[in-house]
Amino acid sequence: MRIDLEPRPARTLALDIGAPIVALVAAIIFGGIVIWLLGKSPTLAFEVYFINPLLEGWSLQELAVKACPLVLIAVGLSFCYRANLWNIGAEGQFITGGLLGGWLGILTHNEAYQGLIGGWWILPSMLVLGAIGGALYALIPALLRVWLGASEILTSLMLVYVAELGLDWLVRGPFKDPEGFNFPQSVVFDDIARLPFLAEGERLHAGVLLALIAALIAAFVFARSLFGFEVRLIGEAPRAARFAGFDDRKLTLTVFVISGALAGLAGICEVAGQIGQLTPKISPGYGFTAIIVAFLGRLSPVGILVAALVLALTYIGGEAAQVELSLPSDMTRAFQGILLMCVLVADIATRYRIRLRLGAAA
Amino acid sequence: MINEREMHAAPLLSLRGIVKRFGSFTANDQISLDIHEGEAHALIGENGAGKSTLVKIIYGLLEPTEGVIAFHGQPVRLAGPEAARAQGVGMVFQHFSLFDNLTVAENIALVLPRKTPLSGLRDRIAEVADRYRMPLDPDREVWSLSAGERQRIEIARCLLQDPRLIILDEPTSVLTPQEAYALFETLDRLKDEGRALLYISHKLEEVRRLCETATILRLGRKVGSCDPRQESSRSLAALMVGSAICDIRSPATRDLGSERLTVSHLSLASEDIHGVDLDDVSLSVRCGEIFGIAGVAGNGQSEFFAALSGERLAQSHEAIRLDRLAVGKSDITERRKRGAAFVPEERNGHAAAGDFSLTGNFVLSRHATVGLISRGLIHFGKARALTAEVIATFDVRKAGEDPAARTLSGGNLQKFVVGREILSEPKILVINQPTWGVDAAAAATIRQALVDLAARGAAVLLISQDLDELFEICDRIAVMHEGRLSKAREARGVTREEIGLLMTGDGPEGSAHAH
Repeated sequence: MRIDLEPRPARTLALDIGAPIVALVAAIIFGGIVIWLLGKSPTLAFEVYFINPLLEGWSLQELAVKACPLVLIAVGLSFCYRANLWNIGAEGQFITGGLLGGWLGILTHNEAYQGLIGGWWILPSMLVLGAIGGALYALIPALLRVWLGASEILTSLMLVYVAELGLDWLVRGPFKDPEGFNFPQSVVFDDIARLPFLAEGERLHAGVLLALIAALIAAFVFARSLFGFEVRLIGEAPRAARFAGFDDRKLTLTVFVISGALAGLAGICEVAGQIGQLTPKISPGYGFTAIIVAFLGRLSPVGILVAALVLALTYIGGEAAQVELSLPSDMTRAFQGILLMCVLVADIATRYRIRLRLGAAA
Repeated sequence: MINEREMHAAPLLSLRGIVKRFGSFTANDQISLDIHEGEAHALIGENGAGKSTLVKIIYGLLEPTEGVIAFHGQPVRLAGPEAARAQGVGMVFQHFSLFDNLTVAENIALVLPRKTPLSGLRDRIAEVADRYRMPLDPDREVWSLSAGERQRIEIARCLLQDPRLIILDEPTSVLTPQEAYALFETLDRLKDEGRALLYISHKLEEVRRLCETATILRLGRKVGSCDPRQESSRSLAALMVGSAICDIRSPATRDLGSERLTVSHLSLASEDIHGVDLDDVSLSVRCGEIFGIAGVAGNGQSEFFAALSGERLAQSHEAIRLDRLAVGKSDITERRKRGAAFVPEERNGHAAAGDFSLTGNFVLSRHATVGLISRGLIHFGKARALTAEVIATFDVRKAGEDPAARTLSGGNLQKFVVGREILSEPKILVINQPTWGVDAAAAATIRQALVDLAARGAAVLLISQDLDELFEICDRIAVMHEGRLSKAREARGVTREEIGLLMTGDGPEGSAHAH
């Protein structure tokens, strides 16, 4: 038996939208089988994971809050992936962004440095520093690739661990709260250094707006600008891109900077929004989950908005499942992995017709 | 006795009522033909006439929707190429199905039947290559080979399987006249051995030289068959397109003006270890002139094209001048702004991006020169209008409003790519292999467009392996061999044989350059 992949003559919109949905359904079925093998009821798990979080106001807000970093990171990643550059290190860029922005939050603790002009500049500066931190960190694998031809997949991934350990050291050392009873965490930022909530007493913070704006801008850039055209062309046909006069080295650096900046912005939004201080673990793996979001959203900013909500659901449902069904928290990660596999298979299936040829020897 | 005679009379291959539909589209409609042992059978027709589909059916790559395939009178169902090869069918593809990262020998080993011993394979490849005069190093990796060299692999690997019926899809498009002549001798020998040939070509002279039967396809139907030796190239072409082909109209006298494109002492080491270094290349092309560069594929033409277009920059800024202005270190966009335009050899993935719409492909090469961009945004409305103009002027046949480039046939995509550049009214056009794998009607359109462009005062540099084409439209011809360029000769004062000798490096200058 032989498996043949025949290119499909044309991609249709129905296929483009249908494939991720089929992938999601398939992943739910596989996930259900795993849960059943763990001795729990798959239907109950489905309810806890995917239905219950949608029924209550607070969990819907939580959904948007969790989706926010995923959207920001995945929109950035879509620039890299469309250009056929594989930035796997968004998690690290998220952390360095959170760190650099958070550093300003620590410095300005207790109304320091406010002087005569007040504290209005602190939060915007933190956001900018966050983006710069992520961008600079993403520039490392990009430069290594352009100068030395090093695989950005490996370098960006390994830099994640460097960033994680760096954060760990800082919050146990220089950034530690001197009055924090030796807990590994920084001071809690002043209110003026925190992202405002959109409504009194609610969970939605202003980062959600940033995520929406980022997705809309990206959609516009891809659809209308020469830069978006350049990114798509380099990914699609690198030789034609050179013929078009586009510089692939410059583009490599640019898309990594964009991707890193958005991941860093997501990091500082999380630190200045949800958490309010630096701790050894500021991300439950958003940088990696965003890779799945980017592909489930078919690298389109609008698709990413939808996909981020789906993946955010797995986080919230996963927490509920730990409590209600005593399912391990790793189940969430496992489900995300299954979903990524299904999405990739569906992606192949939209581009190629898969034929099993029985009896035809290779 | 009668039975045996009938067996003998049964053709090697016969097709009866072959129909192939793709959805609502009928690519082959009731095609029947017979090929006998020792017969050279030509299959001619325009691009999109259904030749490739029919050939794929014979080679087991596609299953017919209806109809019967019989070998020696026995109907068979071909489940795959393996089954076709078991019936003795061998194929030399036009589009090479080779693995870039494997060597020549490994690529050949992959397609041999399972039990073929691999020891000594390299020697056998060398032997076949030598016998048919096709220089081929079994240890080279395919990614480093030119189109011409890749085709030699296809021919060699087909011959190694000792086929009864050999399908050749445009096999001479990358050979010198001498090499083509050697190939024909080989093919004659194969015929004498009783092997049959199914020969697909747009070069009707070759068909007349080689084949005793021709089947003509048009729009998926068989529109006739004839003995090509009894026909003229012109009458064959008329059968093929269903109407008479116009001659290229050249202006009686051309007013050659000042030098528009000047290359002086351009030397450039190849980026690719297997590539060809350019060695002291000089030429000049004047207003209104078409300057031809002949040569066998892989002798530095693609490197030269890249240096002229600015996809690779020269060492010295003065090595290349456009209208006397040095541009050797300017990039391709800079050169376009100076009035130059370029058409690379490879349509798919170089001149055009397959998954991009035609409008997108218009933006690809023209974004910097026709005011399509303001504040970083693309004026798609304007791009669509200009694309429509290219499509209308060059009669590009397409399906749908603004389809992806890869849905166009080779000839139509080439007309689009050439038209896109010509409608920019370039002062200098550098064009590489403009009619490779393009049907006769499209090729005539493209050549006429080049002649007209030169008549309007542009300098045209035409790199081609098709000597007929060069002699038809060029004013002067030079030959590129191993990265060196011969002295240019007036096209009217030089014979095909002289050019052919230069192409193999045996010309007077070839020996002068000898180490």
